Amino acid sequence: MIAYLIRRFGQALLVMAVMATIVFFGLYAVGNPVDLLINPEADLAEQEETIRRLGLDKPIHIQFGYFLAGLTQGDLGTSFVHNRPALELILSRLPATLELAFMGILIAVILGIPLGMIAGLKPDAPYSRFIMAGSVVGFSTPNFWQGLMLIMLFAVFLGWLPAGGRGETVDVLGIPVSFLTWDGLSHLILPAVNVAIYKMSLVIRLTRAGTAEIVHQDYVKYARARGLSPRRVVGVHVLKNILIPVVTVLGLETGNVIAFAVVTETVFAWPGIGKLLIDSIGLLDRPVVVAYLMLTVFLFVMINLVVDIAYSALDPRVRVKRGKA
Amino acid sequence: MSIAADTPLRRFAVDFLRSPTAVIAGLGLLAIALAAIFAGVIAPQNPYDLAQIDIFDGSLEPGSEGFNGFKYWLGSDEQGRDMLSAMIYGLRISLMVSFIAVSSAVAIGMVLGLLAAWRGGTVESIIMRAVDIQLSFPALLVALLLLAALGKGVDKVIIALILVQWAYFARTVRAAALVEIRKDYVTAARAAALPPSRILFGHVLPNVMPPVLVIATVQVANAISIEASLSFLGVGVPITQPSLGLLIANGFDYLLSGRYWISFYPGVALLVTLVCINVVADHVRDILNPRLQR
Repeated sequence: MIAYLIRRFGQALLVMAVMATIVFFGLYAVGNPVDLLINPEADLAEQEETIRRLGLDKPIHIQFGYFLAGLTQGDLGTSFVHNRPALELILSRLPATLELAFMGILIAVILGIPLGMIAGLKPDAPYSRFIMAGSVVGFSTPNFWQGLMLIMLFAVFLGWLPAGGRGETVDVLGIPVSFLTWDGLSHLILPAVNVAIYKMSLVIRLTRAGTAEIVHQDYVKYARARGLSPRRVVGVHVLKNILIPVVTVLGLETGNVIAFAVVTETVFAWPGIGKLLIDSIGLLDRPVVVAYLMLTVFLFVMINLVVDIAYSALDPRVRVKRGKA
Repeated sequence: MSIAADTPLRRFAVDFLRSPTAVIAGLGLLAIALAAIFAGVIAPQNPYDLAQIDIFDGSLEPGSEGFNGFKYWLGSDEQGRDMLSAMIYGLRISLMVSFIAVSSAVAIGMVLGLLAAWRGGTVESIIMRAVDIQLSFPALLVALLLLAALGKGVDKVIIALILVQWAYFARTVRAAALVEIRKDYVTAARAAALPPSRILFGHVLPNVMPPVLVIATVQVANAISIEASLSFLGVGVPITQPSLGLLIANGFDYLLSGRYWISFYPGVALLVTLVCINVVADHVRDILNPRLQR
């Protein structure tokens, strides 16, 4: 087990190192951030002072050396644009992204499971076909365009909800959250729905497949035979058993939610880490991009690791297979 | 029944034609592909020829007529480009990028997958470890970061797409090839002292094609979607070669003032293309799935 963990962490470090190096030198080759940052009206001495302060006067391999030296002390560099440590900047934007992801998954589960169960219980009914057709469209619709259409419908034509931004936030334990004020909530709904639709299609499919299989199991027949109300049979006996695959897949999809938050946050100007990444790429803010990359690689490796360990704890067959490999 | 009627291809065609949904989606896809290939002939206007567009016809609503009597069926954008024409040209770029990317990814994945299955040992574990790592990160995010490092450009989008897609094919090909290599015909070919390249590409390869085909179809849809997202985010194709994704991004600025058509119609085209591909892929998978064989 320990050897396995060490190997996984070794892999994670390798991926982080390779990606960080590519992106570090790549961004350097793409363009000079100074051109975008410096006030064109500043005189030459001021410009040179800025370049020196950002450390951009040194050759790239020296800059890379500084970056590596900083890493050993847990310093991922300072943002060129915001003049704050990159890691601190990203962490300050993280709550907004997590709130969005959490709301999205919540909506997907609350709506997706009942819809999937309906479609699974009565697979030939017209409304079931409608639900399944909807889930195919939800699956295929490009996320960013779907966001634009939500804005078009609910913000521009109907005027019910704001088109972007985060709105008023309230601090809970020092972390700003939106969902406690009406203004914040109204800003949160559209982006959260945009995140939710794809996940919901996924949940509907999983739930439908699970329900269709489970209703024919003996224990469901027995529950019916005992004279339990259909509501109780479906709500307890069926629901409990379809939750296992749904929870597993949603756990695996958490990382994807964060990745796709880049799109949703850009569409709705939601101030999370995804928007920060896109803005930083546009402004060639190398320290922020590299820090974002290292943080997400780390996050993904951790998610995969937790899922793997949970699997081998739950399913002995996986453990045996790994022992051989 | 004649012998010709029972070739695998013929059987495949017969099975495919049995589903009306798949046939409609297939025809839709054919029409879309033809429109993209013959964009120059079909489009009412060349939207990137400055002599043909008129700034005074900018931001016209769908169905309105321009000053010279030109009918803008789907409206025009800020520069006075006919949206319908811009969409057909955009479709061409979207399809071209994903088609080149997926076929290259298939070629690379196939070679590496066959190599892994044939050689085994260290070669296999290096290739498959790389596949595992690659597949544990979302394609969009990897492509986004690669493009941040590579810069904009059609060629760079293609490179990024190949890099995020080869692993699917390598994994599929290896799994299928491992099964094939144990079969008698491969043993016979080995006994005949054929060179490994001949055995792998001449004998094993044709037999691992069915699953590769299915995944390739799905991946074309994925590639179109990822390319559109990347272009929307501003790291994809350059403004001089707008794909459907970039057209939608351009329309974003005008959406809030109610000029919806600049974003709306390219998105519909994108959605229809993706749904058609997914329906066809679903059906092809059903046909090729041995467990569903009648």
